Amino acid sequence: MTTNPQNNVKLTAKDLATDQDVRWCPGCGDYSILKQLQSTLAEAGISKEDTVFVSGIGCSSRFPYYMDTYGMHSIHGRATAVASGLKAVRPDLSVWVITGDGDSLSIGGNHLIHLLRRNFDLNVLLFNNEIYGLTKGQYSPTSPKGQVTKSTPMGSLEQPFNPGALALGANATFIARSMDRDPKHMREILKKADDHRGTSLIEIYQNCNVFNDGAFGVFTDKATKANSTIMLEQDQPLIFGEENDKGIRLNGLTPEIVSLNDYSPEDLWIHDAKDMGKASLLTRFFDDPVQDGALPRPFGVIYEEERFCYESAMQEQIDKAVSVKGEGDLDALIRGAHTWTVS
Amino acid sequence: MTKQTEKKKDVIILFAGDSGDGMQLTGSLFTNTTALYGNDISTFPNFPAEIRAPQGTVAGVSGFKLHFASVDIFTPGDEVEVLVAMNAAALKANIDQLKKGGTIIANTAGFDKKNLRLAKYEDEQNPLLDKSLDQYRVIEMDITKMTREALVDSGLGTKEVDRCKNMYVLGFLYWMYNRSLESTETFIKEKFSKKLEIRDANLKVLKAGYYFGDTNETFTTRFEVESANLPAGEYRSIMGNQAAAIGAIIAAKKAGLELFYGSYPITPASDILHELARNKNYGVRTFQAEDEIAAICAAIGASYGGALGVTASSGPGIALKGEAIGLAVMLELPLLIINVQRGGPSTGLPTKTEQSDLNQAMYGRNGEAPTIVLAPHSPSDCFDTIIEAARLTIEHMTPVMFLSDGFIANGSEPWQFPSASEIEAIKPNYASTADLDEEKGYLPYRRNDHLVRTWATPGMKSLQHRLGGLEKDFESGNVSYDPDNHERMVQVRQAKVDRVADRLPPLKIEQGQEEGDILVLGWGSTYGAIRTAVREMNAEGLSVSQAHLRYLNPFPSNMEEVLRRFDKVVIPEINNGQLVHIINAKFNIGALPLNKVKGMPFTSREIREYLAGLITEKSLS
Repeated sequence: MTTNPQNNVKLTAKDLATDQDVRWCPGCGDYSILKQLQSTLAEAGISKEDTVFVSGIGCSSRFPYYMDTYGMHSIHGRATAVASGLKAVRPDLSVWVITGDGDSLSIGGNHLIHLLRRNFDLNVLLFNNEIYGLTKGQYSPTSPKGQVTKSTPMGSLEQPFNPGALALGANATFIARSMDRDPKHMREILKKADDHRGTSLIEIYQNCNVFNDGAFGVFTDKATKANSTIMLEQDQPLIFGEENDKGIRLNGLTPEIVSLNDYSPEDLWIHDAKDMGKASLLTRFFDDPVQDGALPRPFGVIYEEERFCYESAMQEQIDKAVSVKGEGDLDALIRGAHTWTVS
Repeated sequence: MTKQTEKKKDVIILFAGDSGDGMQLTGSLFTNTTALYGNDISTFPNFPAEIRAPQGTVAGVSGFKLHFASVDIFTPGDEVEVLVAMNAAALKANIDQLKKGGTIIANTAGFDKKNLRLAKYEDEQNPLLDKSLDQYRVIEMDITKMTREALVDSGLGTKEVDRCKNMYVLGFLYWMYNRSLESTETFIKEKFSKKLEIRDANLKVLKAGYYFGDTNETFTTRFEVESANLPAGEYRSIMGNQAAAIGAIIAAKKAGLELFYGSYPITPASDILHELARNKNYGVRTFQAEDEIAAICAAIGASYGGALGVTASSGPGIALKGEAIGLAVMLELPLLIINVQRGGPSTGLPTKTEQSDLNQAMYGRNGEAPTIVLAPHSPSDCFDTIIEAARLTIEHMTPVMFLSDGFIANGSEPWQFPSASEIEAIKPNYASTADLDEEKGYLPYRRNDHLVRTWATPGMKSLQHRLGGLEKDFESGNVSYDPDNHERMVQVRQAKVDRVADRLPPLKIEQGQEEGDILVLGWGSTYGAIRTAVREMNAEGLSVSQAHLRYLNPFPSNMEEVLRRFDKVVIPEINNGQLVHIINAKFNIGALPLNKVKGMPFTSREIREYLAGLITEKSLS
């Protein structure tokens, strides 16, 4: 994050808002995300002119219009590509990509996986509502199989993407999950994503109250949240349940739910986001939550790795070329290696 | 015995062989040598799309055409005078291009049973033995055998020995055209400085070829092509893609911008990426994207960040970039799009040339999305034209399409290069806090007299703003669905492109009278063939004039006036008639199409014959 040390007046979330009316449907989960991000960035004291929001197309992609920073509302699926080019020439900027499940996993799927492996130092906020909202309610690549929508009156035929597993497969260096209904958690994760050097992917479960209301209810409603989710904390055992009475234990490579009456916390799986093996298991905690014995859905930082960023490596090559060949001389470039004279 | 030397005005050699025979290299080396003698030169490679097409077959033939002369020339020439055929397939594929009485240098080892069969000569018919080549002069040499004999003590394996055989041909041609071996020897010594036995083998075979001409009594005549009367100065040889790459680097420097090049490999544009990637010490940032769309979107992101975003492709890739070009039209950011055209539609003819993407450049996007379109007319002209393209996109804040083609991209010619200091600075229209409106703050879409908006890049304090592909308010750039505002924005984006015409040089008559019977109007790579045809006709006293367009959108402002000075306007194009339709639709002058769509450039003869027909028609009527 680029902070502005000269800025003695502390920013507030309001300072980051624009004069544009926010036009999401009343009750949309996007409002919460906008608010959490504004307060997180205000608190961090960012420099507005050194921050850029880039989005694709979809409801969530209106986001840049509501942030008083630099911003571009680009075309469908391509925000990740636009942001890559921007970051390649401007490593100094703090760049945020705002995208949805259709934008990033369907039409922009190719760019997302390549961004993740290249590891440009930027943040991707994937607003997952498991539906196409802006086009009024077709199934998306994250909609569960069987989901009835306008384009699937008899239910979707498709196995949905598991974004975390996909990201890990694409060699992402930061994978996290949060939800619109847990502001505190989201702020914490946003902060961590921003602190990570490399591409940070945060999947945010976001309720579309018009076309897919309650899609994540089981994870977000008070009555069911404790039993269906697990809040990951680094170096802490995986404990969940209404009474914090359940835990996850690794039996070989198989995670199993155990009761804390039978096991002590030391016996449990200790979360380590830097452990790729554990992360690959965690991303596979993707059971249908209502199914008997379903593993709880993990929220928090699932995986984090330090790896070189594309733009730094690019700069290193340029610096190296300059140090070996010298700063490019334009006349030498035009002349080339062989010339001859006509008299 | 004494050998005679005969003077020639110009010579066209076609080196043809298997794609593994090293014909491209042989041609290039001859080019470099003869350039040192001050000849004017034009070259054109013609190779298969397959990397190693089946050996010995017609599909696998790779050719390099070289035209060198003691006079000004503008094309690789029409009919070939000397055809080097390393095998039967090379002869079969190219014999149609050889002029009557021309010379064939045939490697007899390439005409054995197997090669004849692979080249599909029926019933083991051998063109070297039957009378089918009677109208040509055939020089038979067992190049393979003589190369092997020369290297009998080299200790190299047969495969390595056989790889030297192109040097034998080259040496022989150097003898035939009275050229020194020195430049090629230097090249070989540098190239194989770490493989001494290969170096020595190539040097030995090169000399063996030369001595073969010198000592063999069959060859009594050598030829001499004197230096051309080129303007005095320093020259280099340049290919179109190379010139485009160098020009882009210079343009960015002249604008004080970083150069970002986003591209996905595609024939025949990839060489631009290669050339840029090896010039990182000029601060060039090349990005090989995952696809064509990512390539252009990354370039747009780079331009948004304050760099010069450039992307390149060929027709199929440009089709994929269409939506993003529209975005750049809306954002009003600099974006340079290079299209090295090839035969289409679809995958078409990847390694062949065509001018069939003009309509795509002009209209190939959704909505009213005008772009500026420029076309270079020769390999070296790519340099000037791309700098001009960069100047227009940066100073006018709108995408520019640079329409090259395979013929220009891979062709080469001598170039009397400029010095960097002669190239004018390019001035971005940056925003500053002085542009802040007292009430409304920064208005990114407020415009100057050329209708150009200001460019605020991230990091500029107090100028934060949001851009997007949604229609924008006329000044603030905020999303606007207002019907009148939309119409106004559509008009202003068009007017902005149209007004570029105000600063363009007028269309001029390059050759012939300022008014008269026939004007041949060309664009892009047809320049050389038209120029040659018109020059020859003028020499015969026929009234034909030539004009050539670099600016295809907008047209120069005097365009209509120039066209109306002639009874007939003929527009030769390597397509099915695209510019001719645009011009007739715009000016209604009944311009005549002259089209060829064979993946090959026009020959000047084709143009001359068409024009001669027109003149005859007129005199009869």
